[in-house]
Amino acid sequence: MALTVEQVRHVASLARLRLTPEEEQRFATQLSAILEAMAELQQLDTSGVEPTSHAALEEPRLRLDEVKPSLDPERGLANAPARSGTSFAVPRVIE
Amino acid sequence: MTPAELSGLTLLELASHLAAKEVSSVEATRACLERVAAVDAQVKAFLLVDERGALAAAAASDERRKNGAPASALDGVPVALKDIFLTEGVETTCGSKILKGFIPPFDGTVVRLLKQAGLPILGKLNQDEFAMGSSTENSAFFPTRNPWDLSRTPGGSSGGSAAAVAAREAFGALGTDTGGSLRQPAALTGTVGLKPTYGRVSRYGVIAFASSLDQVGPITRTVADAAALLQVIAVPDPGDATSARLPPDDYLARLEGGVNGMKLGLPREYFVPGMDPEVEASVRAAAAELEKAGARIEEISLPHTRYALAAYYLIAPAEASSNLARYDGVRFGLRAQGARGLRELYSQTREEGFGPEVKRRIMLGTYALSAGYYDAYYLKAQKVRTLIRRDFTEAFQKVDAILCATSPTPAFPLGAKVDDPLAMYLNDVLTLPVNLAGLPGLSVPCGFTRAGLPVGLQVIGRPFDEATILRVARAHERTQELYKRPPPV
Repeated sequence: MALTVEQVRHVASLARLRLTPEEEQRFATQLSAILEAMAELQQLDTSGVEPTSHAALEEPRLRLDEVKPSLDPERGLANAPARSGTSFAVPRVIE
Repeated sequence: MTPAELSGLTLLELASHLAAKEVSSVEATRACLERVAAVDAQVKAFLLVDERGALAAAAASDERRKNGAPASALDGVPVALKDIFLTEGVETTCGSKILKGFIPPFDGTVVRLLKQAGLPILGKLNQDEFAMGSSTENSAFFPTRNPWDLSRTPGGSSGGSAAAVAAREAFGALGTDTGGSLRQPAALTGTVGLKPTYGRVSRYGVIAFASSLDQVGPITRTVADAAALLQVIAVPDPGDATSARLPPDDYLARLEGGVNGMKLGLPREYFVPGMDPEVEASVRAAAAELEKAGARIEEISLPHTRYALAAYYLIAPAEASSNLARYDGVRFGLRAQGARGLRELYSQTREEGFGPEVKRRIMLGTYALSAGYYDAYYLKAQKVRTLIRRDFTEAFQKVDAILCATSPTPAFPLGAKVDDPLAMYLNDVLTLPVNLAGLPGLSVPCGFTRAGLPVGLQVIGRPFDEATILRVARAHERTQELYKRPPPV
């Protein structure tokens, strides 16, 4: 399964990753090689096999829906690259 | 006791000297800090040394001890943490530029448990960026070196944890294991690395890589030390939805019980082509020793083993691509300068902040989850995962534990595999099936190659049966006592 540079660009855009032209070339080559190695899976007949999405051995449980103290805004915002009052500031989205 | 004699003690030996008041926690902590000052310029295990915090915690421990009120059996024993654990007020980078300068507002659960038990925390240890790698060369800051041969890797991703313990810079360390990241570095550095059952240890406040696989565990010099640290951290935690409610065992109680009458399996698929012959010989010799000690050794089969690597390298990157979406330059960490608009802020921040392997895995995972490829890759891998789990379930109807090599090769030279991702991924071929199945596994030293490099024996157990694999590992450790041999550094 060879990956084209166009596919690499599409996947990078889905992942919100900006790549340099050299990275696009390198990833096309490397990801193609990796996917080729993964193709071994296709040889295995998995019809009738249920997928396993996690390794938890106990049934998941829901927590009680009760109000508990959480991080106060000052501490939550302490690592913010930019803030505005008690909010995270980002570039303008709507003109 | 001189600082050199002190740092030569095991974690439990130090604990008993502390209990007997023959040594203070401040002395033990200073001995570690002196050892760090003497060797870490070469080993490069630490990203951050918290001298002040560690000494303050040690002084508080000595005060409790003086008042006859130690917080736990390990009160005062200094340890260190992989930089993946959130530590309140102490920079946590996960080995990534994107988190440079990030100061967590709270402690992860295991960090809190260590502090409550009175263990001073020496600092934060190097790792592959976001725990993605098998050599610690993917750290955004610098590679860590193997104390047994400084031109070689200590393994990864918990390479800093393994190197620090091997080099006697800490009495124990915590790390994480998603596909072998505790066991493989332990094997390559002659230490003990324990990956508990999925759900045994809380991951609240542990930076996520692949949430269906990640688990926290100790790296120590001896099996008993690993059991003792596991006892501190194996606490059910409502903060982590996957934390098991099952109460932990007493991991030290039956440690010396031996293997007489136990059935141990050697999976034929784990003696892979390309395996180092000295590694294979050490592992088979270890099995023979356990047979002499009364265990019955049986050859077993785990028939889907050859598909595990491919399944893992689709599932783990898929989960990573989702988990790492949070690094977007908005709430914490790096924000790219000069971006026009929000979308450019995201993609530019991620371009500048992530290293090549992290980008590669985000790309691979995003592709495996994308429209048109989901069924062929991600869903297929999840079905194969079911078959791999089933192999283990069937094997454990016949045997009590499984023995095999931890890593197919001893420590390799730095730089040898950095440009070949597939060759690097093969390091995990014997460890990652355990994560796919959610089982407990550990690595215990079982020999040295002629070149003087450590070899690790992997012991795999039934779910929540850490006690049995620790007991098997201890029965083996007793035959060689390799932990008494210090590395040349």
